[in-house]
Amino acid sequence: MTEISLSYGELALASLLLWLNGALSLGLGLGLERRMLMAGARMVVQLLLIGLILKALFATASPLLTGLAVLVMIAVAANEVYARQDRRLAGVWGIAVGALPMAASTVVVTLLGLLFEVGADPWHDPRYTIPLAGIILGSVMSGISLGLNGLVGAVTRERLAIEAQLALGATRLVALRPLMRQALRSAWIPLLNQMSAAGIITLPGMMTGQILAGVDPVEAVKYQILIMFLLAGGTGLGVLGAVYGAAARLTDERHRLRLDRVTEAK
Amino acid sequence: MLVIEGLRRLGFGPFALEVASGECIGIAGPSGAGKSVFLRMIADLDPHDGSVRLDEARCEAMPAPAWRRQVTYLAAESGWWADRVGEHFVDPARARALLPAVGMAADALDWPVTRLSTGERQRLALIRALIQEPRVLLLDEPTSALDPETTAAVEALLGQALARGAGIVLVSHDLAQAARLATRRFRMANGNLQAAQP
Repeated sequence: MTEISLSYGELALASLLLWLNGALSLGLGLGLERRMLMAGARMVVQLLLIGLILKALFATASPLLTGLAVLVMIAVAANEVYARQDRRLAGVWGIAVGALPMAASTVVVTLLGLLFEVGADPWHDPRYTIPLAGIILGSVMSGISLGLNGLVGAVTRERLAIEAQLALGATRLVALRPLMRQALRSAWIPLLNQMSAAGIITLPGMMTGQILAGVDPVEAVKYQILIMFLLAGGTGLGVLGAVYGAAARLTDERHRLRLDRVTEAK
Repeated sequence: MLVIEGLRRLGFGPFALEVASGECIGIAGPSGAGKSVFLRMIADLDPHDGSVRLDEARCEAMPAPAWRRQVTYLAAESGWWADRVGEHFVDPARARALLPAVGMAADALDWPVTRLSTGERQRLALIRALIQEPRVLLLDEPTSALDPETTAAVEALLGQALARGAGIVLVSHDLAQAARLATRRFRMANGNLQAAQP
């Protein structure tokens, strides 16, 4: 690999662009300069920290610590899914309905990628495990957010239509199926767009990073293709689990609509 | 035929009531008194304590969809889940035959749902339930959006259902309607059912 290391001085030079934006904000009265500064500072500190953590993690190559790191990532993502819901299931289900399928599909698909595709030695090498789990988790997370938001919102809006069907003797699956389908579709759209645009409209970030770091473009592309397939698998599984789980919790075994189990987020 | 015992939920009830075949029970009372809650519990659409049975068959002993096809609740506000009116009927041919009886155009089943007025929705929702021939109909303000003439037509249709042996529990603000249809009348107040003075 022929990577070109960046110096901190060069980074400082690049940061002038953000300072320039800050000055523009001040001049135009946008009132964004403080937030720009804060966001920029946060970004730098967060990334430097994660760089140090990853470096330490890669050095130890401990499977336990790697697993722990993945768990922390899943927990943060679960909280993000929870925070993104306009309406959510009450109690522990509000978290669980997103977190459980997200964790399950991320772990399964990451293991699939590590064991049968990448084949690193050892297979749990954090250099592969962490980035792979992270990128899969990100995609699963947005899919599940969209799916859950779509379903819970639609079910709340369509209460009369659902209850009319139930009252006439429809099962809960029949009454909810069109809304579940719609939620699954909306969860899938971003990934489909991403796949269609890849390489033409956008160069995926991971691939670009590898190329910048000196990897042969064809090798980088092969990795990107693998990632896309893994994302498709992970997102599909996760969203399916979340939407079916939420639908089950939005109804009960007596085929009743249970909107009493939904709470408005603030 | 329908026997209700100790039915209660969230401060409403306990309710006890028997509805015989061919009988119409009228229930009046102020908003929020628990009339709709009562009907919804009978149809098992809300969690509740107590028991409801149809002849010897207990509600919880059969799948809820099977129960609701026999004990059908018609909400005050109707719900629609497809684009075309006709898609909402298990037997569109039978529904079409009933349309003139409630003063509606025979081609109404081909309309988009968005074209329907509130009164038209109300009548179509009733027909939608009637053609499944439930043994008990739980009606929540079934004629609130109808003019007197159409109301009379709907009442005639309900009379036919009673004549074939169905039971009806009718929640209505319209005391005259209750007087015309109901064999027994009750008043719901603060979550309690009291026999009304005849």
